[in-house]
Amino acid sequence: MAKIIIPTPLRKFTGNASTFETKGNTVKEAIGELVHSHPNLSRHILDDQNNIRSFIRVYLGENDINELEKEETSVLDNETISIVPAIAGGIA
Amino acid sequence: MTDIKLSAQEMARYARHIAIPEFNVEGQKKLKAAKVLVIGSGGLGSPVLLYLAAAGVGHLGIVDFDVVDDSNLQRQVLFTVDDVGKSKAETAKKRLHALNPHIKITVHNTRLTKENALDLINQYDIVADGTDNFPTRYLVNDACVLSGKTNVYASIFRFEGQVSVFNYLNEDGTRGPNYRDMFPEPPPPGLVPNCAEGGVLGVLPGIIGSLQACEVIKVITGIGEPLAGRIFLFDAASFTTRTLKVNKNPKTKITELINYEQFCGILPTNVSEVKEITVKELYHLQVQSTDFQLIDVREPYEYEIANLEGELIPLGAIAESAERISRDKKVIIHCRSGKRSADAIRELESLHGFDNLYNLKGGILAWSKEIDSEIPTY
Repeated sequence: MAKIIIPTPLRKFTGNASTFETKGNTVKEAIGELVHSHPNLSRHILDDQNNIRSFIRVYLGENDINELEKEETSVLDNETISIVPAIAGGIA
Repeated sequence: MTDIKLSAQEMARYARHIAIPEFNVEGQKKLKAAKVLVIGSGGLGSPVLLYLAAAGVGHLGIVDFDVVDDSNLQRQVLFTVDDVGKSKAETAKKRLHALNPHIKITVHNTRLTKENALDLINQYDIVADGTDNFPTRYLVNDACVLSGKTNVYASIFRFEGQVSVFNYLNEDGTRGPNYRDMFPEPPPPGLVPNCAEGGVLGVLPGIIGSLQACEVIKVITGIGEPLAGRIFLFDAASFTTRTLKVNKNPKTKITELINYEQFCGILPTNVSEVKEITVKELYHLQVQSTDFQLIDVREPYEYEIANLEGELIPLGAIAESAERISRDKKVIIHCRSGKRSADAIRELESLHGFDNLYNLKGGILAWSKEIDSEIPTY
């Protein structure tokens, strides 16, 4: 099983779960399983055409999937997918 | 560095730096020659400024227009109880001068805007970005790219922090990735709450801001490998760290400063007005025992801090809770300041056709100020 790490701002849509185990063979399948289990997460990760939104980066291991084979990137057992959103806090 | 001299006092002060072989007197002189602009003197700015001042960065600029508030003291370690109500930047300057009288500190007691950003940033060598909102993040990034300055970036939310070195000058003269290469567009308003709404563990900016200060020192002295082309993520809750690669995006084009509020959707051009009610009018409705429904769209933890005994339906759940909202009497919706409740009304009106919803102007903060000072503000 591969693992998806859910970033803090999106955990309110996963019942506060910080990780998600997936059997998906590609990033697309893995994200598909994730949003299937947590439907409220969908519109925050995917746009109307089911593409990953531009304010979210998705990584396999330490690499941006845009530098690999994008959403078709293969995912092996024990690999980690990171969803990385922009966060803005600092001063307030 | 030949024209930079360290006095005997400075040599004694920085002895533990100078003892590091890679650092030596040369590294300390580089710090003394450096000019760093720290944007925001709050959670991140506090450790950044304290450590850069202690380390002997010769000229520190502080951009902050805010004043110290009680709720800052949980993490903004520059300030004390006596400072509440005073200018953050001026207070920081006094504290830092007491820490290190050998350095110059310039206060910019102003909000960073597209009008002043380039002028301010051009006066410095490096920028440390510790702001708290997306428009300023993009403004700082774009101004750094346009003026050719390295932007040492850090950001925090609850238990999570991010650090990176953007627009770093490589040895071959090219620039490393910047914030827009990582995040071409901001998230829509409301998805990622700021620290005031979302909360932050007080010690987290201490950790992340210290890493930010460390990267500033590395960039100035040329020691080690800066966190350029990479982003460091820290989750204090699970104690996990990740360092991910950041690549340049050929589509990123920054040619001028823009309207960042609009870019971040904070001043959308076509947002519909919502009907409003003031806290005084709400008070009269209560006194007259008028039949109305009061809904609170904040988060449960906010409700625990203070509430007006409204029904709690957090903004994220409002669209699917339409059946709990009355259609045949006045419904007043409130949040902390009135912004989230306005968003809730727009969502309910557009998805479910409500026409009886009123936004409580100024939210629970206005209620505390004008009606009942026993209601705590946060």
